[in-house]
Amino acid sequence: MIRREAVFSNKLLPYLLVAPQLILTGVFFLWPAVQALQQSVMKSDPFGIRTRFVGWENFKALFADPFYLGSIRLSFLFAGAVAFLAMSLALFLAVQANRQLRGSQIYKTLLIWPYALAPAVSAVLWVFLFQPSIGVVSRALQGLGIPWDYHLHGGQALLLVILASVARQISYNFIFFLAGLQAVPKTLIEAAMIDGASSRRVFWSVVFPLLTPTTFFLIVMNTVYAFFDTFGVIDALTKGGPGKATETLCYKVYLDGFRNFRINSSAAQSVVLMAVVILLTAFQFKFLQRRVHYEGGG
Amino acid sequence: MKKARKNLTNIPAHLFLAVAAALLAFPVYMAFIGSTHDAATIGRGRMPLTPGAYLGQNYVQAWAYGTGERVSGTPVRVMMVNSLTMALAIALGKIFMSVLAAYAVVFFRFPLRNFFFWLIFITLMLPLEVRIIPSYKVASDLKLVNTFLGLTLPMMVSATGTLLFRQVFLSMPKELLEAAKIDGAGPLRCLWSIVLPLSKPSLAALFVVMFVYGWNQYLWPLLITTTRQMDTVAIGLVRMLGTSESLMDWNLVMAATIMTMAVPVSVVILLQRWLVKGLVEIGK
Repeated sequence: MIRREAVFSNKLLPYLLVAPQLILTGVFFLWPAVQALQQSVMKSDPFGIRTRFVGWENFKALFADPFYLGSIRLSFLFAGAVAFLAMSLALFLAVQANRQLRGSQIYKTLLIWPYALAPAVSAVLWVFLFQPSIGVVSRALQGLGIPWDYHLHGGQALLLVILASVARQISYNFIFFLAGLQAVPKTLIEAAMIDGASSRRVFWSVVFPLLTPTTFFLIVMNTVYAFFDTFGVIDALTKGGPGKATETLCYKVYLDGFRNFRINSSAAQSVVLMAVVILLTAFQFKFLQRRVHYEGGG
Repeated sequence: MKKARKNLTNIPAHLFLAVAAALLAFPVYMAFIGSTHDAATIGRGRMPLTPGAYLGQNYVQAWAYGTGERVSGTPVRVMMVNSLTMALAIALGKIFMSVLAAYAVVFFRFPLRNFFFWLIFITLMLPLEVRIIPSYKVASDLKLVNTFLGLTLPMMVSATGTLLFRQVFLSMPKELLEAAKIDGAGPLRCLWSIVLPLSKPSLAALFVVMFVYGWNQYLWPLLITTTRQMDTVAIGLVRMLGTSESLMDWNLVMAATIMTMAVPVSVVILLQRWLVKGLVEIGK
């Protein structure tokens, strides 16, 4: 934290100023998080009358449960696919839009507006296209001889959830990559061009390395998005099915906590997710420090 | 000559961008087409790719009732008011709280200052999904289920907002405030007439980002509201969708989708500059 002299010397006022945020943080963040930690090491009987301390038992049960391990694999596959597709497509489009094109502002708007859609709402749009018997795209696929029914085929359901999640996230990534590209000094690119490098070569050896901070930041944000914000996409499209084909870790926390009433298992799963977020945040801060270094070193 | 060649090399770029834009818009176009036909045409699986004749009827029915023969939903007007209330409350509440907290952290020195900052900061690591059941329990103990307070209060805590304003405030010349202080202005006066006006761009940017964020909430509203009167847009639309069978009033669902989309999409398009600024600054 930067050391600065205080401007004001009031004793009580600063506490009143931070109070609203602190009270809400305590009530809705810290207290529930502590409760989740606590519930994750307890076991209640089915009626919730008696609760006893069981230590690591919920976690042991969790990691011995093939369904949970399957959900972990699925979540990482899903997050990897969403992050890779959404980022590479967005980078490609940002490079195109960063050229001096006639009407490039219109293209930017046309690529950014999907950010306005809630994941759940964009999933509603996708259902209308892919519903097995009435969807326009499904009919086209079936016309090509592909037996399309994502209510029956797990692979198709997963593919659909991935594509619907990617479509919306492209806009977010596009905004950041474009901002990153605009910050690349033109002189640098011109110098490389004069040296005779091809434009592809210039991109991969000059421009892309300069985008590293943006790329790292987006890897974190896209992983967080895929882990947590796609809840609405899954709830609207597949509800975790068919079978458990689209039951990601986050969706499973919800199912076990609110549908199957396995409170302690759900709490233990929450704690595992908490660990994931802490790791991601730590990763992000490591990279942030590096960016400070970049800026400081020119 | 040189210009002509440059235009020629730009053709692939135009092509890629246009195709991507068309692909992203395609679902909305089909939703619009769906909202202009009758349920039977869509249900038979033979919906044309051009608009039908039922636009007026569908939109009026979705707006006023949200319910047809084979779909039972919430009127669009109710969902829109709910989502608008929620989005505005979350955006304004977040800004209010993060401005105050950042102001205290930057311009005052007091015991526990760093500890408080750290407490606000770690909320970044506690998304709703990792505290879902206890959060619901706290809200229900406080009798906040099915209330707008319950819907919005937990969403107002924002480490990102506090971090952003801390950065903005730190970059302000301290002499401005010192001068105002000598002229007899108190801390709140300084906040209102010097600090806030200077922060206008960041305030606008954060407002747009938070409005869209608030409008798009899904999991928390799903838990905390149980009556249709409280349905927000995202919840209401997914509820209308039900199990998405072929024989239902898709025309009404799509009319509702198109109408409700209009609000956040116009905000993003009209205030695009602020959205981009807000996202990029929060990302820092």
